[in-house]
Order: sequence, then structure tokens, then C-alpha cells
Amino acid sequence: MSNTQEFEKAAATSPTAVAAFTTHDRSAVKQIQHVLHQSPWMVPLIVLIGSILVFGLLLGQKFFSPFALTLILQQVQIVGILGAAQSLVILTAGIDLSVGAIMVLSSVVMGLFSFRYGLPTELAVAAGIACGTFCGFINGFLVAVMKLPPFIVTLGMWQIVLATNFLYSANETIRAQDIAEQAPLLQFFGNKIAFGGAVFTFGAIFMVLLVLFLAYVLKQTAWGRHVYAVGDDPEAAELSGVQVKRTLISVYMLSGLICAFAGWALIGRIGSVSPTSGQLGNIESITAVVIGGISLFGGRGSIMGMLFGALIVGVFSLGLRLLGADAQWTYLLIGVLIIAAVSVDQWIRKVSV
Amino acid sequence: MEPILKARNLVKRYGRVVALDHCDFDLHEGEILAVIGDNGAGKSTLIKAISGAVTPDEGKIWLEGKEVKFHSPLDGRHAGIETVYQTLAMSPALSITDNMFMGRELRKPGFRGSVLRQLDHKAMEAFAREKLSELGLMTIQNINQAVETLSGGQRQGVAVARAAAFGSKVIILDEPTAALGVKESRRVLELILDVRSRGIPIILISHNMPHVFEVADRIHIHRLGKRLCVINPKDYTMSDAVAFMTGAKEPPQQAVAA
Repeated sequence: MSNTQEFEKAAATSPTAVAAFTTHDRSAVKQIQHVLHQSPWMVPLIVLIGSILVFGLLLGQKFFSPFALTLILQQVQIVGILGAAQSLVILTAGIDLSVGAIMVLSSVVMGLFSFRYGLPTELAVAAGIACGTFCGFINGFLVAVMKLPPFIVTLGMWQIVLATNFLYSANETIRAQDIAEQAPLLQFFGNKIAFGGAVFTFGAIFMVLLVLFLAYVLKQTAWGRHVYAVGDDPEAAELSGVQVKRTLISVYMLSGLICAFAGWALIGRIGSVSPTSGQLGNIESITAVVIGGISLFGGRGSIMGMLFGALIVGVFSLGLRLLGADAQWTYLLIGVLIIAAVSVDQWIRKVSV
Repeated sequence: MEPILKARNLVKRYGRVVALDHCDFDLHEGEILAVIGDNGAGKSTLIKAISGAVTPDEGKIWLEGKEVKFHSPLDGRHAGIETVYQTLAMSPALSITDNMFMGRELRKPGFRGSVLRQLDHKAMEAFAREKLSELGLMTIQNINQAVETLSGGQRQGVAVARAAAFGSKVIILDEPTAALGVKESRRVLELILDVRSRGIPIILISHNMPHVFEVADRIHIHRLGKRLCVINPKDYTMSDAVAFMTGAKEPPQQAVAA
């Protein structure tokens, strides 16, 4: 026991129990705010269910059928997979503008290795995946070791990878029939399982499994906790024993790897290998992430939210198309959703418990 | 007796600013060494050089007689040096438990830990709760609360608990009581004495002279980037110490040699 100073003795008789506070006097709005703060992925989930219900009421069987609902899954599979890659990078307070380009280049590598060089398809797929991972490594190295801003690095890589893609492929498309005949493995993710009216493509199933897997990794493993810590405050993370550089490089490499899988799924989705496909991948994946409630400042949000965000966009696109509305209405509403999502994010962040 | 931690001729420059100017440092076994000095004297840089957060440009550091070269805080930590930084080094959005175990997470036993790499949240929570209770941080209600929801003092308490729980060779505390209340400061001082009684030496950086003179065995006075002198708190008064560190008075010759 140290020698207490005179004025400190007054504190000797203070209570030692864990402090308890009354919480029952909170209003319903406050409680909702609290719940949303605890689980930020609830917001996009509520919006998703709400929009499915609204379109279901407006369109009836046409929308509310297993076929239409699984069609949405198929339509968002590419955005969902790219969004998973994008989520990882954004959680580290970065942004990856090159996801779409890496996806297309990887699919082109898979196609050309099979058709131009006549390599076994398995090897071509492996080369495509290695190509995507390597692009991710370049991003990660420039961000983590050279300390360049992720926005600049990936903006540059976007142009570089896209140009490489056009130069390398000579802007030639490999036709779907040729792939189906000679290298059906490239269209693996286009395979379907149907029961009843529901149709699940392998690509859509892969997207859901990938998101579930990443949700587990982010929540339950040390690496996942480190990703959040790096996004939250990289200096604090470094001082408290996180290998920040290694974590960042691994995140960008994993992002590149996932983009390569998106490229494989893209072949399954459109049937052919086309250097001009998937141009909107960047913007759509960032949209899914933002609507899904992941903070662009890093360290907050959940990857499940991203999946819900992608599905919300899918529901709006299909619903409005079935209603016969001009496609521009979809973009207009998605713009509103993005701003609304960030506003809600700011509102729930005010609750500090 | 050979000091457990010894540094000679440490130099660290930031551009043209010299933060450490051929600084020496000694920490003996089982002692509490206070480091005091004016703002900008280089105290924080000194302890960062020792903990591995900055790499000195020149100079050598020995831990238990063996020369060590730290390139990251993780190196220092692996060597058994645990630090509470002034900035506290916490991730605000993560929970208290997450922060305490950052970089040394416990995994579940068996298959789920080794193959699925699953973390043992329960064991980590129980450990964190126990360490916080030892420190008397009773006003923390929920161990899974995000650190950003804690007050400044509570955050500091968590950081001190983390260092005390894991430090095995040396514990460095940079201003550990700056944001704490009267009761909590007392707990931290008791904790410091408790850690010493376990045989682990402590480096305490503080501006609080009563605290320094109460717990320190020796006081390292830092001035203009180097060690000015080391004094025994029993031989000098607080005003002497303040006079030395601000340059108002020349330090005694035998203390400079120590």
C-alpha cells in the first residue's frame, strides 16, 4: 500500500460495486438508434425487406415468385463478389478503384491462356487467379510500403490494368460457343441448380458463401480484428502490436484474388470472354458497400451489409424494370439511397453506447 | 550491478530537430525509475526508442546484457517490454477486449482454434474483466463496449491494465495518470508498486511531482535531449528537481556521473 495523501482519504469509503444505471426511460426512437448502432447491417436489411415488400405489393406474382427473386441474385452476383473485395479494402480506410479492371484482366488471362496458348483450362484459371492476386499485391505494396494514398494508387492501377487488358487481348472477344465446346470449366460459375421456379447459378451461390466466409473471418479471427484496427487508426494499431504493412498488403492481395474469382464468374455470367465487359464494376461495388453501411473512413461496418446493399440495388433495378419505368429512375433512386444511407450512418453514430 | 536495460549514445533526429542528443539511460532490476523533464525535452522519444516505436539513428541498447535492435513496437513487445503511450494506442471502434488482446489474441483450443483460427472470445473477456477489476475500474459496465464510448480516464485505465497484464521484463508508462481521477490515480500508483513487488522494473514518465517523489526509487532528469543527472528522491526536494530540469540550477556532480 502506498502512502496516500491527505485529500485522497476521503475516497476510501466510496462504493466498489460496478456502477448501474437506469435505462428504462429511453424513448422508442432512442432504442432503435441504439440497436442500429450495435448492428449497423440492420439498416440495409430493413430497407431490403421493405423494398421487396413494396415491389411485391405493386407487382404481385410477377415479382414475388421464386424465379424473379433468384433472378435478382444472379444479376447481382458480380457486383456482390466485387463488393466483397471492395469491403475489405474500405474497412482499412482505403478504396479500390481497380476492382473492375482486375476482374476483366483476370478473365481475359483465363481465356487467352486456354485459347491462344492452348494450355489446360485448370492451368489457365490458376494463371488468371494468380494475375488478379498479383495486381492486388502491387496495390498493397504501393499503399503499405510506399505510403501512397489508396485512391491515387488504385486510380492509376485502374488505367494501367485496363490498358494492359486491351493491349494483351487485342480487344478480341472469345465466343461463348467456343468456350462451351473447348473449355467448359471457364463457364463453371454459369452452371445452374433449379428447384421449383428458383434458379441458383453457381456464381450466385459462390457470392453468398464468399460473403459468409468473409463475415466469419472478419469477426472470428485475429486477422479480421486487425483489418478493423488498421482501418480505425493505423498508428494506434501499429503501437498496439499489429503488423500494419503486412495486414494492408494481405487485404489488397485478397481483394485482387476475389476480383479474379469475379472475373471467372463473369465468364459464367456472360458466357464469353470480353475485354470490354464489366466496366461499371468499380462504381457498382462502391455503391453496394456504401448502401450496406460500411464507413468510407474505415474500421466500421459489416460485410453482410454490403451483400444487402447489392441486393437492394438488384431489387430496385428489377422491380422498376418490371413496372415499365425508365431505367433512369433506377439510377435516380440509387443516388437517393446512397445519400440516405450515409445520413442514417451519421445519425446512428451519434449514439455512444 | 549490470542494469536490466541500458542505452548509450542514443541519437534521434527529425529533420533538423534533434530529439535525442547522445542520450544515456539505465534501468536497474526491480526499481521504479521516474523520467522527468520539460515539454519537448525528448522524454517520449527516449521511451519510444526503448520500446521500438522509433529506431534511433545512432546508439546501442542492451536488455539484460544482450544488445537488442528493435524495428517495430512488436519487437519490443516480444522482448517483454510493454508500453502505455501518451496517445494510448487504442482502436476506438473496437471493444475493450479486442484492444487488450490486439496482436496477441487467444484462439480456441483444438480444431476450432488451430484450423478454423477461431478466437476464444469468452476467455479473453474473462481475463479483461479480471484485469480491469484489479485496477478498480468499476464504472466500466460492459467489457464489450467500444473504447470510444469510454471516458478519457477509463481509456487510460484500460491501457495501463493492458501493459501491467502482459509486461514481463519492463513496463513503460508515459503519463499514466494524466487523465485519471483521484481514486483512479491512486490505484495506478498502487498498481505500479504492485508490479515492482513482482520484480518487474518500471519506467514512469510524469509531470506530477508528488506522484514521482512518492513511488520512484531513482529519478532520471532529462534536459535538451539527454540525461542531465539521476537523483535519489530522498536526497533532494521537488523544487530541486524542478530547478535541475528547467536549468535554473546546476545539477550536483556525483549525480551526473551516476
